[in-house]
Amino acid sequence: MSLAPVIHTVDVKTSPARTFELFTKHMSRWWPAGKTIAKKPRVEIVLEPRVEGRWFERDAEGGETQWGKVLIFDPPGRLVLGWQLNSQWSYDPDFLTEVELTFTHLESGGTRVRLEHRNLERFGADAEKIAGQIGTGWPAILNEFGTYAGVSANGGETK
Amino acid sequence: MAYACLAIDALATLGDPTRRSLFERLAERPAAVGELAAQMPISRPAVSQHLAVLKRAGLVTETAQGTRRIYRVDPRGIGAMRDWLDSHWAQALASFAAFADDQGEEAE
Repeated sequence: MSLAPVIHTVDVKTSPARTFELFTKHMSRWWPAGKTIAKKPRVEIVLEPRVEGRWFERDAEGGETQWGKVLIFDPPGRLVLGWQLNSQWSYDPDFLTEVELTFTHLESGGTRVRLEHRNLERFGADAEKIAGQIGTGWPAILNEFGTYAGVSANGGETK
Repeated sequence: MAYACLAIDALATLGDPTRRSLFERLAERPAAVGELAAQMPISRPAVSQHLAVLKRAGLVTETAQGTRRIYRVDPRGIGAMRDWLDSHWAQALASFAAFADDQGEEAE
């Protein structure tokens, strides 16, 4: 069974090279901020600009939470990231789904950004794997869900 | 089995603080409606209604235990993650486009 990939495109006015740079170098500045969980300080998002570079967020105290890694770093046209947050929304080096971005020059002078997040069925396989472990991972998922979804939480119990 | 059927809109579902709280409690351990109602400042029928929404979203599941119905989080509801990712990336790219257009060609 496979899940259809998530695909989105957007056109911007900047050139492919500039667009690639803005996308990779300034992720903190455009990533939807949302309302993070009250206790959690504002985060920075870092994408190390090279193959095998890390992709992570940093909290105000310098704590890092890994998201994944760079699989292909090929400016100005192509970037493939490994999204390694599993179905428990926790970083798992053995889990990986691919997020591919292509930056294509438009006649208008701008760039078409196309994003494809694929291998989504791996979330299902991973979920089945953890099905027997209910109660260990779900609070973590929930927190992450809240963080990412921009839902403000009233600080649930943490272990 | 279609994940899409399970994946209604986890974001909207958990966006409600009461449902979020219910889901959080069930994430800690399975529980019956009565137990949940006892822990929360809302009526038992209200708890049941919220649980029904969570169930439709594929986030919780129920099983009969004697005369009681025990609710627990449903790992298959993870298909909702696709919906979440879909809306997340749509929002992220829109946000990126606004940022890139604002920055322009050589701001640095």
